[in-house]
Amino acid sequence: MMARPRREPGLGLRPRQGGLGSRLRALLIGSDPTAEATWDGLEEALIAADVGVETTISLVAATRSRIGANASGERVREALAGEIRARLAAVGSGAFEIGPAPSVILAVGVNGSGKTTTVAKLAARLVGEGHTVVLAAADTFRAAAIEQLRLWGEALGAPVVAQRQGADPGAVVFDAIATAESRGSEVILVDTAGRLHSKVQLMAELAKVRRVVERRLPGQPRHVLLVLDATTGQNGLAQAEAFSREAGVTGVVLTKLDGTAKGGVAVAIADRLGVPIVFAGIGEDLDGLAPFDPDAYVEWLLAG
Amino acid sequence: MFEALSARLQGVVDRLRGKARITEADLDAALRDIRLALLEADVNFRVVKTFVADVRERAIGADVLTGVHPGQQVVKVVHDELVSVLGGERHVLRLDGKPAVVMLVGVQGSGKTTTAAKLAVRLRRDGRKPLLVAADVYRPAAVDQLVALGDQVAVEVHSRPAGTPALEIARSGVEQARQRGLDVVVLDTAGRLHVDEPMMDELVRIAGAVTPDETLLVVDAMTGQDALRVAEAFHHRLPLTAMVLTKMDGDARGGAALGIRSVTGLPIAFIGTGERTDGLEAFHPDRLAQRILGMGDILSLVERAQETVDQAEAERVAERLMQSRFTLEDFRSQLTQVKKMGPIGQLLGMIPGAGQMASAAQQAVDDGQLRRIEAMIDSMTPAERRRPELIKASRRRRIAAGSGTTPADVNRLLKQFDEMQRLMRQLSGGRMPNGIGGLRGLLGG
Repeated sequence: MMARPRREPGLGLRPRQGGLGSRLRALLIGSDPTAEATWDGLEEALIAADVGVETTISLVAATRSRIGANASGERVREALAGEIRARLAAVGSGAFEIGPAPSVILAVGVNGSGKTTTVAKLAARLVGEGHTVVLAAADTFRAAAIEQLRLWGEALGAPVVAQRQGADPGAVVFDAIATAESRGSEVILVDTAGRLHSKVQLMAELAKVRRVVERRLPGQPRHVLLVLDATTGQNGLAQAEAFSREAGVTGVVLTKLDGTAKGGVAVAIADRLGVPIVFAGIGEDLDGLAPFDPDAYVEWLLAG
Repeated sequence: MFEALSARLQGVVDRLRGKARITEADLDAALRDIRLALLEADVNFRVVKTFVADVRERAIGADVLTGVHPGQQVVKVVHDELVSVLGGERHVLRLDGKPAVVMLVGVQGSGKTTTAAKLAVRLRRDGRKPLLVAADVYRPAAVDQLVALGDQVAVEVHSRPAGTPALEIARSGVEQARQRGLDVVVLDTAGRLHVDEPMMDELVRIAGAVTPDETLLVVDAMTGQDALRVAEAFHHRLPLTAMVLTKMDGDARGGAALGIRSVTGLPIAFIGTGERTDGLEAFHPDRLAQRILGMGDILSLVERAQETVDQAEAERVAERLMQSRFTLEDFRSQLTQVKKMGPIGQLLGMIPGAGQMASAAQQAVDDGQLRRIEAMIDSMTPAERRRPELIKASRRRRIAAGSGTTPADVNRLLKQFDEMQRLMRQLSGGRMPNGIGGLRGLLGG
């Protein structure tokens, strides 16, 4: 593996042209902010940021009722920001606690959303905080997924529990729990195979992995994190819904935020499904995972 | 694929189809529904605006408000507009280079490596000799993944020791193809964000060195409104020739691709479905438009059948069908053949009017019903398969025990088979099932 060429620092979440913010500014400057066309434009801007039709309509209605007549463009923007913040806060994530050891964290999601990288980043974060971590390579399907996790494990000095490709993921998790217990490790981080949420059999397999954990360690898994690509459109809702139903998602990790000027699907998920966003992922480096900050997110969403 | 979009548009279409008169209010309501359906399918909002405006204009131009079958005419207008957004003609890869080079590019997780393997399988089926080149030197174990996939499909993979720059791997890959007499290089590159300048520079240098015949942008069908910007950024830096739309087997609406195609003019060459290495289909805009509107796609189904089904076996079974001598043995062989063609839900989606059945049927397969049926037939003796009437209570118990089912399951299977035989006799009597005949008028319209 090679290091990628470094980009200039700070590129991560620098707002870029063409985001919701620039559209809002163009919309609100000069025109009568409370004119019907402004509201239509606002609706369009939110939809263009992947907020989704339903959430957009309710956000705009709420913003309208928040402000009176003759409000300024800045007032409209403030009201909208406040409304989005309120909805994100309503499902509040709180601090990410690992709880009593051994604590199990499952990473789930569709193919290519960034589960393995997220598991590595989260492991790095926990190790950095002084926790002992065991990685479970429960993606036994994708070619070389085990190898990918093993390389990360080596870089982090965290043991990786794996079986051969094609092995039963539940058995891998079972093994990992035993390993964690015998080593006295605090956290078991489970990397599961990517699966489309519409594949009944694969989702049933995931539910089984969860049951294996529940039976072996009552009260666990502590967290089930849905890893979601921030560039995902309205399909993200269907994903969150299905994974919540089958695996009991406790929070969302929004990945590849540096690749989008939008990421509005997070608002839709919080608003419609009540699932909190807990982490944000940026870049490929191990330090590219931060607790999700709703205020910063809304600023970013409306600034770009 | 496109199920959600399809279901909503079909709803609109169904409401219009039977109408003898369409008022301006009907048209407005239909257009509003179409607009919402497209937006919820992640079609770029600018594209949606144009689409709706065009449909309105064409619908009014076609005098649907006064015409004879106004509903059908609106359906046709929507269909034509969809075809034009999807791109009129099919994109066929031009692979003239010696060796020809196909470079796959895209953002992380879009499915480049899987697509590379699927494309190699497809090229080989078309009589080409592909070489896979593993130039993703950044993602841990990406090279291992391609090597493993190459192994699985028995296609040679070119890789170089860790630390070799991607450009060098690409160059030496083309050289190796030349030496080994392989005529298409499929080049897998590392995923990168369109805003990552140094990484985009690397791609430009690779493209400059190996001058690809085709540069394909791999796009995840689940991408949202941002897809257009990503595609534009890649297109701006590289001479892209087409895109591949992946993960189309979920409920992804793939609307992003409609926007890319209509704004950049970049055609969709292939769609990727499923994790099996044969899950890469050529993209036919007109057929997809029909599928989206629930008009079925018989042509793709026939082609799929020709590619996978054992012709001699199919003829033998057809013969028996006509003579009403269809047995459980034949049924078992049919199940195997159909399974070779791919997921049942996907197949049904191509049959006119059967679209709604598709997900229910897929559910049945996913629940293992099909497997249970196979197990039951496998647990019968040859004589029982030929003459199911032999199966009485004690045989039923034996079959149930042998297949891990219950006697009631066996009973149900036998009953269904009996009904099926009756249906077959009717069919071979020359009567067509409803739906296919009705469709013709519509397509001709």
